[in-house]
Amino acid sequence: MEEIHKHFLNNNRRNFLKKAGLGIGGLALGSLIDPLNFGKNTDPFSVLGNKALNLPHFAPKAKRIIYLFQSGGPSQLDLFDYKPKLNQLRGSDLPESVRKGQRLTGMTSGQANFPLAGSIYNFKQYGESRAWVSDLMPYVGKIADELCFVKSMHTEAINHDPAITFFQTGSQQPGRPSMGSWMSYGLGSLNNNLPSFVVLLSNGTGRPKGQPLYSRLWGNGFLSSLHQGVQFRSAKDPVLYLKNPDGVSASERRKMLDYLAELNHEQEASFGDPEISNRIAQYEMAYRMQTSVPETMDISNEPDHILQMYGPNAQKPGTYAANCIQARRLIEKDVRFVQLYHMGWDQHENLPTQIKGQSSDVDQPTAALIMDLKQRGLLEDTLVVWGGEFGRTNYCQGNLTETNYGRDHHPRSFTIFMAGAGVKPGFSYGETDDIGYNIVKDPVHVHDLQATILHQFGIDHTKMIYKHQGRRFRLTDVHGEVNKSLLS
Amino acid sequence: MKKNFKLSIYFLIPFIGIIFFKFISKNPLEKTFIIQKDSNVLNTEFNSQKIGNIDFNFDVKPILSDKCYTCHGPDDKARKANLRLDVKDDFYKSLENENHFVIDKKNPEKSELLKRISSQDVGYLMPPPESNLKLTSREKNILRNWIEQGGQWDKHWSFNKPSLPKIPKSIFKNWATNEIDFFISTNLEKYGMKPSEVEKKEILLRRISFDLTGLPPTIKEIDAFLSDNSNDAYEKVVDNLLASKSYGERMASIWMDLARYGDSHGYQDDTERIMWPWRDWVIHAYNKNLPYNEFISWQLAGDMIPNATKEQILASGFNRNHKITQEGGVIPEEYRVEYVADRAVTTSKVMMGLTVECARCHTHKYDPITHKEFFSFYSFFNNVEEDGIIAYGDLAPKPNFTIEKKDIESELDFVSLPDSIKKVTLMVMKESENLRKTFVLNRGSYDSPTEMVEPGTPEVVLPFDSNKYDKNRIGLVEWFFDKDNPLTSRVAVNRIWQQFFGIGIVSTPDDFGSQGSKPTNPDLLDWLAYTYQNDDKWDTKKFIKRIVMSSTYKQSSKVKQQNLDIDPDNIYLAHYPRQKLSAEMVRDNALASSGMLVSKIGGPSVKPMQPDGLWDEVTGGGGGSLAFYVQDTGENLFRRSLYTFWKRTVPPPSMMIFDAPTRDFCVAVRQKTSTPLQSLALMNDPQYLLAAEHLSNKIFNDSQINNNEKIIKLYRTVTGRKPNNIELDKLNKFLNEVITVNKKNAKEAFVSLAVLIYNLDETTQKS
Repeated sequence: MEEIHKHFLNNNRRNFLKKAGLGIGGLALGSLIDPLNFGKNTDPFSVLGNKALNLPHFAPKAKRIIYLFQSGGPSQLDLFDYKPKLNQLRGSDLPESVRKGQRLTGMTSGQANFPLAGSIYNFKQYGESRAWVSDLMPYVGKIADELCFVKSMHTEAINHDPAITFFQTGSQQPGRPSMGSWMSYGLGSLNNNLPSFVVLLSNGTGRPKGQPLYSRLWGNGFLSSLHQGVQFRSAKDPVLYLKNPDGVSASERRKMLDYLAELNHEQEASFGDPEISNRIAQYEMAYRMQTSVPETMDISNEPDHILQMYGPNAQKPGTYAANCIQARRLIEKDVRFVQLYHMGWDQHENLPTQIKGQSSDVDQPTAALIMDLKQRGLLEDTLVVWGGEFGRTNYCQGNLTETNYGRDHHPRSFTIFMAGAGVKPGFSYGETDDIGYNIVKDPVHVHDLQATILHQFGIDHTKMIYKHQGRRFRLTDVHGEVNKSLLS
Repeated sequence: MKKNFKLSIYFLIPFIGIIFFKFISKNPLEKTFIIQKDSNVLNTEFNSQKIGNIDFNFDVKPILSDKCYTCHGPDDKARKANLRLDVKDDFYKSLENENHFVIDKKNPEKSELLKRISSQDVGYLMPPPESNLKLTSREKNILRNWIEQGGQWDKHWSFNKPSLPKIPKSIFKNWATNEIDFFISTNLEKYGMKPSEVEKKEILLRRISFDLTGLPPTIKEIDAFLSDNSNDAYEKVVDNLLASKSYGERMASIWMDLARYGDSHGYQDDTERIMWPWRDWVIHAYNKNLPYNEFISWQLAGDMIPNATKEQILASGFNRNHKITQEGGVIPEEYRVEYVADRAVTTSKVMMGLTVECARCHTHKYDPITHKEFFSFYSFFNNVEEDGIIAYGDLAPKPNFTIEKKDIESELDFVSLPDSIKKVTLMVMKESENLRKTFVLNRGSYDSPTEMVEPGTPEVVLPFDSNKYDKNRIGLVEWFFDKDNPLTSRVAVNRIWQQFFGIGIVSTPDDFGSQGSKPTNPDLLDWLAYTYQNDDKWDTKKFIKRIVMSSTYKQSSKVKQQNLDIDPDNIYLAHYPRQKLSAEMVRDNALASSGMLVSKIGGPSVKPMQPDGLWDEVTGGGGGSLAFYVQDTGENLFRRSLYTFWKRTVPPPSMMIFDAPTRDFCVAVRQKTSTPLQSLALMNDPQYLLAAEHLSNKIFNDSQINNNEKIIKLYRTVTGRKPNNIELDKLNKFLNEVITVNKKNAKEAFVSLAVLIYNLDETTQKS
């Protein structure tokens, strides 16, 4: 190692010790900075006796997570929550005794009546677990024995913005860190040349002009911006400003960085500012990302049989299928949190047509991703979560006809599924009533799900806190219970 | 042996292996303590002998607040054992029998508090283990020492009205320029440090230029300052900068964070809004040096001033900058309540430095602000005739205000309306004829009204005397500027201090309550607060001049090892704290130094270069005029960054990457991070490349100067100072290597050199 590099390590460490020695908690590692990797990072803690976050709190089952967020609110009644009674009662009005004063969105609160609408799609039971899955999701059906369905999810919000913000940050109003940022803050990075929290977006074909997303959903909130989610895009620059400009070769860039470091060292000598070496390090991380990101995103070496597994859109950049392959590649590179968003599930009208397109976007790639992780031995410690921000109503929004209906937002019950990393495979949890409106058994609140996910990472959700403006904040606010029934 | 082995890992890991750390709490006490114990930084157990005189507010209160108030604080719903430790009486009360006291002044050892915190019995121990809260042994020692020293109680420091402190005597009086320096140097003396010498002229000029205008000095300005040897050379610079129009832009860019300014509505489809004439007013108000009391009064109640001028009405747009939803299907009242709460929370943060949002759902756990008081405060802002959900495409939801050409030709000549537009409508405040009744909302929820409340303020700050003030926003403003209000001036001067020193005297500018940081120099804070209010009569330019004329501000930023050992975070300012340039400054520096900046003031927000597709990939085609980013052309690409169009759900990357807030809500202090995304932007964002190319070509083509002079000129233009010989040598070497190794011609290589210089640490820092 160069003498000067040693010098800066030494300097930096000294400064670190000095600051950490102040007895102030909250030593944390960045998503973006290349720290010492996670395992080693426990060392400075113990050397210093810094209790800090003391993570993990117990042995983790999961090291990584892929969250397949289905933005807009998929209709559980047309996909997983099989309700033949709803078809029998088709057209009759939802009784108030069932609705029990549930507040409705402004889109249906003015309707004269609430005609019940069963799904026009058929359901089948799959695998040894005999899980009910509709014809819209045949591939997912085939891997039902890998999945843990939660049919009794419920939330508090009835509109997209607050509901999706709630799922991602634990609060309906913007401003808190997203789950991926919390994990980066609590657990640090597993690798040293990619961010630990990566975001991938895709537009659905079900309802192309659906409701939007907001970059704050993967924002760091009050945590350091080192913990922000970094969007990997299908555009020519997968990460903003990643590519060297035309006419600048890699060797020239390397040269610039070397001179930059030398000149910055000069400046450090004259100013004595210990932060300079940290900023030099950021340039080195940036340089490594210039190689590591395109390398990760390049699927040209994926064999045909793998590409085929993910379906016809696998090679079309920016699709859900292509993003699923990216997710697997990122996980292979030890990115901790891969957050996908697939837009277009907000089907208020023409649901039968829209959901067909939308389901075909995700069915095969989702199943392929899970099985691909499994065949590589990654499913053991990678958690996969599939679900949206709320469900959809069992009554029709707008006109109910033989072949057509729409559904409004429904917070009281909906279905998500998970796989891998210590959740029970081939398992279904929770039940809704005969007509799929209320939960009748084992409700799971959004905060419970968040607590359970953190639990799989060895995190006690009540203990991973960050003090901001005088208050101790956590992902689960002051709520949430780990649901051990979902865990094997 | 094992320890050494672990430490040695640091030497073996790759160079890049930097540990990132951050502090959760910045309690000056902890630092003071460390200063005494610096040789033992690795030892986290502290013994009691080292603790000197205990001050209730500074030493004890932070512990009680942080570790006890959740159950023994102001919130009576959460209170356990009917004991509160935030009021005087309860401290000394007897428990079960007369010989059994919370705090026993006569027999400290018998104090229930001490027994509880040191008990081995988990059922008896406080705080209880299930709270996840734990007292450190140092904290226990402080509590013990405090009780042994008499257990004196005191009102929370920031709720006592500031008085004019005596100017301390200082052994550094020859170093001092004004009163500020006496307060600062006395502290330095106390901790065994010395203030630093005056900064080199080049660096000082760059510092003051950025601080007052957000822009770097030109070479011409640098040369003029270097050759001016008069005693008042620096003062002349300060006066010129304060008088320049860019001063208002710099000040406005800070105010826009507090005012949560945006050019879009912020929720769901995030469609366009028009508020830029309000932003033009802010720039104007700063430039004409509107006194702070009027600056605030117009923004909070300009619309209610009898015979309000158009300018005053325009100013009231401040409290319409919050987000507004157009999401189909929301329940309007749910969101209307959010808007009113946002105004209450923002106003509280900006004016009182108190985070009252906790009290929206329940009585504050740490500060004596009740649930009811929150809604009394909220009621000031609850009489606007506004809609909870607005129509898609509504650019200025009611109540609004239209500015016509004729207004701009007279009273509102500072509004920069483009020739092509005849009039512009923006949102303002307007009190409804029929006053809306305000109720306490249970858990803060719109559908759970309980008790009716009248307008009022937190009692603990200063009672709202209804004989003195009207129960409306006019009365509220008078209350803020009442001579007896303990917070208004402190909070204001602390924010101004933060603008110049990076960190406030209270490092939590939005929390002057129990959980906030304590002032690192309480007497200085009070002196500043008193002076701004009474001597300067809220004259902001005059007040700022005091700060920047001080020796404290003019100090060298060079870090001295002995000071670093004593005060690693430089909270006592033994040297000027080197700081990152703000997001706006980073970009504006590139534009200004390269000569590309278009220095026009105000007008509709502009859309400079940003990577393609950023908006449409999240809007999915929705959002009306903001579905796609339509980049501007010509001059609009090169305007100052405070004019960059702010779409809240996809804010401009060139700002966000450099730690700008999202503008979803009021922010009083920005993060200060270094990330690889910042490095990538500086290396590869076409805006910076364009600047590098533009500047380097201009200098390269100058036939009057030789190659070395060209390099020096390039370096000076960007960093504000001449390179030293070592630096010059390296710059030359780099240039040559790019020509010989990378086979670029001399002109191209000069562009590469400019890119290198724009990426220097010194370029993005204020030294």
